[in-house]
Amino acid sequence: MSQLIETRPGEDDRGAASDAKSKHVEVHHVTRVEGHGSVVLDVDNGTVSRIAWQVPEAPRFFEAMVVGKDWQDIQTIVSRICGICSISHSLACIKGVEAALGLEVSEQTDRLRRLAHMSELMQSHVLHIGYLVAPDLLGQPSVVPVAKSHPELVGLVVSLHRLANRWSDLVTGRTTHPIALQPGRMTHLPSAAELIALQHDLETARKSYWRLVEAVGGLLGGLPDFERPTEYVGLVDGFGYAFYDGRIGSSDAQVPLPLDHFEQACNEYVAQDSTAKWTRWHRDAYAVGARARYNLNGQHLSPLGRQVAQAAGLEAHKHNPYYNTVAQLAELGHIMDRGPELIDEILAAGLSPERPKLEPHAGEGVGAVEAPRGILFHRYAFDAKGRCEKANLVIPTNQNHANIQKDMEALAPTIIDRPESEITLLLEMLVRAYDPCVSCSTHFLDVHFVGAKAPSEERD
Amino acid sequence: MKKPRVAIFDFAGCEGCQLQIVNLEEELLSLIEIVDVVEWREGMSEKNPKFDIALIEGSITRPEDEERLRDIRARAKVLVTIGACAGTGGVNKLRNHMDQKVVGRTVYGADADKSFLQVGTVRAIDEVVPVDLQIPGCPIDGREFTRVVRTLVLGGEPHLPEHPVCVECKRANNVCRYEYGEVCLGPITRAGCGARCPSFGMWCFGCRGKVTDPNVDAAHTVMASYGKTVEELEQRLALFGS
Repeated sequence: MSQLIETRPGEDDRGAASDAKSKHVEVHHVTRVEGHGSVVLDVDNGTVSRIAWQVPEAPRFFEAMVVGKDWQDIQTIVSRICGICSISHSLACIKGVEAALGLEVSEQTDRLRRLAHMSELMQSHVLHIGYLVAPDLLGQPSVVPVAKSHPELVGLVVSLHRLANRWSDLVTGRTTHPIALQPGRMTHLPSAAELIALQHDLETARKSYWRLVEAVGGLLGGLPDFERPTEYVGLVDGFGYAFYDGRIGSSDAQVPLPLDHFEQACNEYVAQDSTAKWTRWHRDAYAVGARARYNLNGQHLSPLGRQVAQAAGLEAHKHNPYYNTVAQLAELGHIMDRGPELIDEILAAGLSPERPKLEPHAGEGVGAVEAPRGILFHRYAFDAKGRCEKANLVIPTNQNHANIQKDMEALAPTIIDRPESEITLLLEMLVRAYDPCVSCSTHFLDVHFVGAKAPSEERD
Repeated sequence: MKKPRVAIFDFAGCEGCQLQIVNLEEELLSLIEIVDVVEWREGMSEKNPKFDIALIEGSITRPEDEERLRDIRARAKVLVTIGACAGTGGVNKLRNHMDQKVVGRTVYGADADKSFLQVGTVRAIDEVVPVDLQIPGCPIDGREFTRVVRTLVLGGEPHLPEHPVCVECKRANNVCRYEYGEVCLGPITRAGCGARCPSFGMWCFGCRGKVTDPNVDAAHTVMASYGKTVEELEQRLALFGS
């Protein structure tokens, strides 16, 4: 979020004697659970000797902290994994808890959860596109100067972001750390009048959305030209653009994997210098997130989503990681279509308060959703009293780490002749494209050029 | 008038409190007219040796965090914590009640002994350095944040509500959670959230911490009249580090 503050261009470049044959470039920042990282690039005599994506965040041990806790307290705890995608964490959690305890939910609850989920995808995507990526495309260090140079664009971003937040508030009680999303039921129902007002606002916002598409679409020439096909992983259900439910699809696999086997897809391992675990499946790395979802489910985008994808040339650039932002833009169109439709369904079915009797029993189960940044898995096991015995949580950003590393390995040799400020920007933009989390990307403002040292000095 | 310099830092946490600041939208643009935000992340700190107000999110878990916090304290005139992780330790503190070896192995298995995976017990900010003011909540309330910052800028002393959540809950016309057979922390938790959780069908989790002088006797009476025990109350209190 330091994006909101202007950096002082120039200060970072001190001592950066560019065009030297040997370079040491470090992009360093502090971390958090979703995957803060640093980039280290060493160039010796014109070749890349080291390019490393590191994640040295302060580990918080959520999988241990929930052990022994009551099934009714798990959502409250794991929502705090991430302030940005707390609705997705809550949904994966309560679906996992329900699967473990054998609890069924009503269609009403299911529909309201899907509605809540879309609101988070919208807020997160708008935040990423508007506050994080747009300044890069406009050659600005942060959104603050953009607010002065392009007030209309920032106005659109603010209005769409505020609408998405209001949407989350209405359905879940709170944008960050939702209240009403609990195992077995919604603890609060919005009124029909509130939903109709929201639907109206979403329909009115289509104009703002389209103006955002035009504004951002006109800047796509600023996205680097870089392609690296990889494996794409995300939820698939065979008939729709899966956000909330489905099985685990892969561009490298014919048959999707049942959710219950997600560990076979993730194959987590501890990478050197990273407190976040890394993953691999059919190859040495795979990608999750909006671009992976598009690559798996693109034909199921809504008319508006498809229109935006086509206009922005997403199909032709689907192997370009920088186009993840464009996939997010197309998903926003999908949500602008599907959100109001879902509200129609909810209103047609009517809203009635529920207070089902929930009796926990021992068991184990998995919940998964597409968080804004990609597929998210939660597994829980409970004893007969409903106390948590075990948890395994695999978050999207961790699943992207290995892919970011592989992208950097492919990208770095092609850009080492450029000035250090440009190399840094391209590497930062690459990480930012994966949208690891708001704060993560903004940490990338902190760039240290150690400068062009003699190779012997770089080793310490 | 010279604008006060504000810096925002974070330690172990979800950064949801900083998101509440972003979510102020236009109000944020208006706030940064009256303050000069000189840092908003660790990274920029070297460039701005001094600031008037430091806002801190997150808990302290590692020696390097403690060192950084002491440095921030030395450079700040006023140090304000934002959110439960900084204020009380928040959910991060749950693991303090566990064997740290078991905690490490649960998450990292055989890799748990690797040097870069080592962390200490979790501490709130005021367990490490003196704190001038705490903005409570998980997450913080954007309106309360704005009010506190504006009051500080005007040279005043911000005050937090000294009554429990129950007062706001009654005002919101909610049915008492104890009537549903639940254990609710409303009777002893500091108000200011508008009784948000009870208004959305849940009990109060106590994320804003206890009021300064909680009416413990009254809470005991409530607990007893609904057949609940103090043990159940304490278990819920532990969720947010209180």
